[in-house]
Amino acid sequence: MHPAPSVIIFTTFSGLGFGLLFWLGVGALVPGGLSAFIWFTIAYVAAVGGLLASTFHLGHPERAIKAFSQWQTSWLSREGIAAVATLLIMAFYGAGLVFGGTRFAALGWLGAVGALTTIFTTAMIYAQLRTVPRWHHWTTPALFLTLSLGGGALLGGQVSETIGLLALAGGLQLYAWAMGDKRFQRSGTDMDTATGLGHIGKVRAFEPPHTGTNYLMREFIHVVGRRHAVQLRAIALGLGFVLPVVLLLLPFSHIFAVFAVFSHIAGVLVVRWLFFAQAEHVVGLYYGKR
Amino acid sequence: MTQLPGPTAKKLGLVIDLDTCVGCHACVISCKAWNTENYGVPLSDQEPYGADPSGTFLNRVHSYEVQPAQGTAQLVHFPKSCLHCEDAPCVTVCPTGASYKRVEDGIVLVNESDCIGCGLCAWACPYGARELDAKEGVMKKCTLCVDRIYNENLPEEDREPACVRTCPSGARHFGDLGDADSDVSKLVAERGGFDLMPEQGTKPVNKYLPPRPKDAEPQIDILAPFLEPIAQDGKGFVGWLDKALSALPGGAK
Amino acid sequence: MSLDQPPLDTSPFVSDEVRKTTCYMCACRCGINVHMKGGKVAYIEGNKDHPVNKGVLCAKGSAGIMQHNAPSRLRAPLKRVGPRGSGKFEEISWEEALSLAVDWLKPIRDTAPEKLAFFTGRDQSQSFTSFWAQGFGTPNYAAHGGFCSVNMAAAGIYTMGGAFWEFGQPDWDHTKLFMLFGVAEDHDSNPIKMGIGKIKARGARMIGVNPIRTGYNAVADDWVGITPGTDGLFILALVHCLMKAGKVDLDYLARFTNASVLVNDDPKSEQYGLFLRDAAGQPQVIDRRTGMLAAWNGMGVEPDLSGTHHAKGITHRPVFHRMADRYLDPAYAPEAVADRCGISALRIRAIAADLARVAFDEAIELDRTWTDFRGVTHTRMVGRPVSFHAMRGISAHSNGFQTCRALHMLQIILGAVETPGGMRFKPPYPKPATAHPKPHCKVTPGQALDGPHLGYVQGPEDLCLDDDGRPIRIDKAYSWENPMSAHGLMHMVISNAHAGDPYKIDTLFMYMANMAWNSSMNVGGVAKMLTDQNADGSYVIPHIIYSDAYSSEMVAYADLILPDTTYLERHDCISLLDRPICEADAVADAIRWPVVEPDRDVRGFQSVLCELGARLDLPGFVNADGSQKYQDYADYITNHIRRPGIGPLAGFRKGADGVQGGRGDVNPDQLQTYIDNGGFWIEHVPESAAYYKPFSMDYQNWAVKMGFYDVVQPYIFQLYVEPLRKFQAAAQGIGTRQPPDHLRGQIAVTMDALPIWYPPFEDGHVDPVEYPIHALTQRPMAMYHSWGSQNAWLRQIHGHNPLYVPTKIWEANGFQEGDWARVSSAHGAITVPVAHQASLNENTVWTWNAIGKRKGAWALDSDAPEATKGFLLNHLIHELLPPKGDGLRWANSDPITGQAAWFDLRVKIEKSGIPNEAQPVLPAITSPVPKAPRVLAWKVGK
Ligand SMILES: Nc1nc2c(c(=O)[nH]1)N[C@H]1C(S)=C(S)[C@@H](COP(=O)(O)OP(=O)(O)OC[C@H]3O[C@@H](n4cnc5c(=O)[nH]c(N)nc54)[C@H](O)[C@@H]3O)O[C@H]1N2
Ligand SMILES: Nc1nc2c(c(=O)[nH]1)N[C@H]1C(S)=C(S)[C@@H](COP(=O)(O)OP(=O)(O)OC[C@H]3O[C@@H](n4cnc5c(=O)[nH]c(N)nc54)[C@H](O)[C@@H]3O)O[C@H]1N2
Ligand code: SF4
Ligand code: SF4
Ligand code: SF4
Ligand code: SF4
Ligand code: SF4
Ligand SMILES: [Mo]
Repeated sequence: MHPAPSVIIFTTFSGLGFGLLFWLGVGALVPGGLSAFIWFTIAYVAAVGGLLASTFHLGHPERAIKAFSQWQTSWLSREGIAAVATLLIMAFYGAGLVFGGTRFAALGWLGAVGALTTIFTTAMIYAQLRTVPRWHHWTTPALFLTLSLGGGALLGGQVSETIGLLALAGGLQLYAWAMGDKRFQRSGTDMDTATGLGHIGKVRAFEPPHTGTNYLMREFIHVVGRRHAVQLRAIALGLGFVLPVVLLLLPFSHIFAVFAVFSHIAGVLVVRWLFFAQAEHVVGLYYGKR
Repeated sequence: MTQLPGPTAKKLGLVIDLDTCVGCHACVISCKAWNTENYGVPLSDQEPYGADPSGTFLNRVHSYEVQPAQGTAQLVHFPKSCLHCEDAPCVTVCPTGASYKRVEDGIVLVNESDCIGCGLCAWACPYGARELDAKEGVMKKCTLCVDRIYNENLPEEDREPACVRTCPSGARHFGDLGDADSDVSKLVAERGGFDLMPEQGTKPVNKYLPPRPKDAEPQIDILAPFLEPIAQDGKGFVGWLDKALSALPGGAK
Repeated sequence: MSLDQPPLDTSPFVSDEVRKTTCYMCACRCGINVHMKGGKVAYIEGNKDHPVNKGVLCAKGSAGIMQHNAPSRLRAPLKRVGPRGSGKFEEISWEEALSLAVDWLKPIRDTAPEKLAFFTGRDQSQSFTSFWAQGFGTPNYAAHGGFCSVNMAAAGIYTMGGAFWEFGQPDWDHTKLFMLFGVAEDHDSNPIKMGIGKIKARGARMIGVNPIRTGYNAVADDWVGITPGTDGLFILALVHCLMKAGKVDLDYLARFTNASVLVNDDPKSEQYGLFLRDAAGQPQVIDRRTGMLAAWNGMGVEPDLSGTHHAKGITHRPVFHRMADRYLDPAYAPEAVADRCGISALRIRAIAADLARVAFDEAIELDRTWTDFRGVTHTRMVGRPVSFHAMRGISAHSNGFQTCRALHMLQIILGAVETPGGMRFKPPYPKPATAHPKPHCKVTPGQALDGPHLGYVQGPEDLCLDDDGRPIRIDKAYSWENPMSAHGLMHMVISNAHAGDPYKIDTLFMYMANMAWNSSMNVGGVAKMLTDQNADGSYVIPHIIYSDAYSSEMVAYADLILPDTTYLERHDCISLLDRPICEADAVADAIRWPVVEPDRDVRGFQSVLCELGARLDLPGFVNADGSQKYQDYADYITNHIRRPGIGPLAGFRKGADGVQGGRGDVNPDQLQTYIDNGGFWIEHVPESAAYYKPFSMDYQNWAVKMGFYDVVQPYIFQLYVEPLRKFQAAAQGIGTRQPPDHLRGQIAVTMDALPIWYPPFEDGHVDPVEYPIHALTQRPMAMYHSWGSQNAWLRQIHGHNPLYVPTKIWEANGFQEGDWARVSSAHGAITVPVAHQASLNENTVWTWNAIGKRKGAWALDSDAPEATKGFLLNHLIHELLPPKGDGLRWANSDPITGQAAWFDLRVKIEKSGIPNEAQPVLPAITSPVPKAPRVLAWKVGK
């Protein structure tokens, strides 16, 4: 899949933002006044910024309101609803903390569930796609959730939670990569099923339908070199998981914490770049590109 | 609306004969031409005269080479447009309801005025049957020429998809695949029509007819060679000829 | 959510009006319905009533709207202001353009009309343009047939009175086995696809003989991946097998072919190899009823296929005996040819057996009575349901004429021509060589030529030679180098004019031919010849006038451009006098008419010729009072009379009792009637005349009634072509008109009266070990030569072209996807992208034809893929063969017809680095048209 900056930014930052909202909601940190305002601003900038970024790839963002209508079937619609609902709930919850210095715990817990739901629905947008075997797996929501919660915890200064969650996420990520590399092959979709010609012999794409490019090729066919991928995975793992954990394990320092946050964000950006760039869509088969 | 209507009784679709398609791209262009002028926004082209021309097409013809374990490689031309799946994942993923499957005939359409151009439906389609128009930012796909097949402004005989009407070799057939007695259903039954990527669970309505077996290898039977010689050279031939001619009517010389 | 669906209008408005005219995105001439909205072209579809396409339309046809609106359209007459080839022009008025043309042309017409060479390309108005050239008085006129497929046309005419494509077609409704030789797309594009669809639907079988398995050959049930240039050998091996097994249609051969005609068999006789004729000059057969000599066409005669005749010490044997002697020779046995053809002997035998089985064991019969020209009535029509079709794959070789002849012989011995299930002619064909004119070339300053330029020679006496035996025509057509060059040799015009051989010319006038690019053999060389200057700075070819509708590569090389309209903006006439659009069951012709008016200062070329003809005072173009005779082409189409009762259009003429087809007087409402009738006219062949056309009295009488010819002229198929023997005899020293010595050997070998095979000439001129690979081009179905690339939709399908390489060569060179290769011939080299194809003859590489474009042409950006990755094979081809040390340069053409031997090309290939661009790169030309838009969303309705 084409690793569009808008979706990479969206998944990375809205993940962090909702992760942080989760910790705020459950009351892992209960700031008040100005500090609450700052915490919530960080969370909202990340969450809303991410969501806004995602609208950049829309052809008609002005019609975005329509996207709330199809919650019965569409994960994207559900995500939209969950995100807005969560943001609204947490706005009230946050207002309570900032202005009233009161924590409406029920509201917080509701917001936390909303944040989890949002993260889960985001993940399900990808995981539901049978057309992208690498994504079509429980590890996708599992990773989105652990990463968001881990990142949120890191942002929110929840050291031990962060260490635990990031370690878990790192492990999951390694597993997802290893499994993901084989999943296309195991999906049962191949040149033979795509063309139905396998009973005659070995099928090979001969001439593409157009010598130029097209939307499908731009959107779905992206090939990452093997060596390049291994390097990027190492970088992603190092920056996103190992380094933050190591920094947190060191005696606490604000500098380290800030480094850990930036390192983590950079790592997740790479993780997400790989998430898209390495995701092989079955349509590539028709172009002989799988 | 992104809920699927459930199995529709009428399943309009195409049957594409891979044994007959010569890969001429006529269907590609007539589709482009009809749908540029008709349903929804025009199918635009970017850098149409430039270094990297690309545009929106609803139907594209691929070609594949197939190498049998034994014998010569074959070439198969392979047109592909929306298959109007019964379990259309492109419909259920759509957040706005722009994407829908018609109850009355199963045609899968995009209501362009509701489409936000998120592209998710194209992600969900295994066949590459949807393309986001780069100029208008809305999703385009084969409409099965819904604006032709019922169009009372067209003569009755023209109420069929543009691509079917134009196909010079008659490799494209249009009809109701929900009716077992329709011509298309019979064709599918006779010729062993198949689904693309059945494992994706989309239950395509469009069917493909497989190429017929090719390149029957000659088998020589020593006892009955292909053609029994009647002579070995010109002289012998003339002898045979005289006999053969006298056997023809009016031949007694 | 509910399942309510948005409201949808399933009966939207389609168009204000449908205007029916004829497509011209290629020469197939399908009928189109042009849907108009607000006076603009909104959508183009096929016309269901039209005889050619019956509603279907190819990709090019459907994309016509993009051609009609292409930014490459020329906008006004152009006068060159920069050096030739630079593309620098200024727009001028029509008055200035026409005066300039007259200034150049008038003096030559008055003193030496041959100094005008007028050649037309992809044109469909040859009966009109040749009429103009005839009026001018130059012998130097032809269309592009000489480099296209004259071998196919001439071999067909000489052998059986018609060829394939627009002259004949398989009996799609009855055939059971269809064999296709060397066809990628054909002129009969849609009809062939429709035909293939038809036979597939019936479950009939198709065999494709082609080094390349794409397109039609991909859907063939059997693919025979023959080695290029060896089809003749393969076909003669089939003939060998069939004759050896006696699987030939003796009755048909005896009655309807000259297999029964007696030939002088005495090698010492001056008449050796010529027919025995009676006092009236009629070839003789032996009548089985009497055992006596009789004219082939005598009433009631039953020609004997085997009877010989001895008189005055000379033996005359029927042609069929000669055929037996020749084709039963073991040299034609499958085992003897298998290696050269790249087809196993077993396969050849199996195909021969299939042909025999289907032709004879699965014969069909129609219950139709018909009477032949000998007065014999037949109660049934016996069909041999095998049919053949072939095109440039067998004709564009230096042995193409004889190969095409061999194929015709094969179908004839099976009794499969003009019989049910076989190959059928389309009226006004069949028409034997003797019913065509002979070439004319008598030049008189200030006057018309003595007759039509092109025709069919019957022997050396008909050649266009001066008293010294030198060619009279600039292209050397009808000279000893290529005596039967029935379509001229357009590919030799520029090089001969440049060399001043046989003489220098003053003005080169061309129409609709991209001679500086894809229709040139030797692109770089031609560009040099067109720009070459004398010592005084003048151009070696002093004036070049060219008519094109678009900004093609050739435009840059002209001094004066006469911009044409697009095909939707003008009148055209698809005439029976020219290239017919008929079907086997019907005669038909058609028009184009301006469905929209041009929005630029352009004029239909034929209308311009009407005015130019008048300004030059050409006979036929002025009235008695000196005024312009035809105001425009529409006027000419309506009012021109060729022969009494015959005009450009055969439909809706004025008869005694109203409007009639065929013969008749001028009808002032003719064009409007065509328009009202959908742009065409059609009349059906009577059922009793549907088959056996050359021999059927019903057909012959109908043909005379319709005006195809003036008297009935039945004929028999010429398996043995006597005129060929006459040339051969001349080469052997017989007769007064003698070839130059250096050509004797070639003529004696190649101009054999019975089909033969000899290796393509290039094989003898380049080292087959150094250049072991055959290199071919194929027509892409969605592109028409160079025109297609200006089409925004089509160029997305074919924006560049790889060289396809078979597995053996691919692996030997260690090629990988994305690699490039240097490909060289004895003449030049190109560096191009390669791609792998397994379904390909193992010694053949190929690419799509004419995708590569020159920078600056066609209103494309100069970094367009057509110019950076696309390429032409033409850089490797030359109009002359490389020297072989005999001091001569031999033409890269068929020695009989002069057909350009495009497909004889041999190359070698090696992996190269990846250059920036496909090599060679020619400098960009300045575009004479404005820049094209960056985005297109072409919707004319609201
Ligand atoms: N390597 C290789 N070369 C080949 C061949 C091959 O097989 N291989 N095939 C050969 C054959 S058979 C042929 S016929 C030639 C064809 O080659 P060309 O005769 O050069 O044909 P085109 O490229 O179709 O176009 C001729 C010109 O006609 C112009 N034109 C188009 N429409 C109009 C119009 O309405 N009016 C006017 N006035 N001009 C118009 C186009 O702009 C173009 O410049 O190529 C030959 N060249
Ligand atoms: N779409 C489209 N249609 C066209 C044209 C076009 O440019 N585009 N051009 C028109 C013109 S001008 C012409 S002349 C016709 C030509 O129509 P075709 O004759 O069909 O044209 P080519 O593409 O030259 O095809 C030649 C075929 O012969 C094969 N071949 C080459 N050498 C041999 C051989 O030795 N033996 C055998 N058996 N096969 C061989 C090649 O592989 C190729 O498939 O098409 C006309 N129709
Ligand atoms: S082919 Fe693709 S776009 Fe069409 S219905 Fe099926 S999934 Fe949807
Ligand atoms: S692109 Fe349009 S039709 Fe497709 S899912 Fe998004 S809103 Fe629905
Ligand atoms: S049915 Fe209509 S929209 Fe669909 S591919 Fe055919 S022409 Fe295009
Ligand atoms: S129009 Fe018909 S033959 Fe041509 S590519 Fe399309 S399906 Fe195939
Ligand atoms: S074959 Fe195609 S381009 Fe040629 S006349 Fe017919 S529709 Fe037009
Ligand atoms: Mo041609």
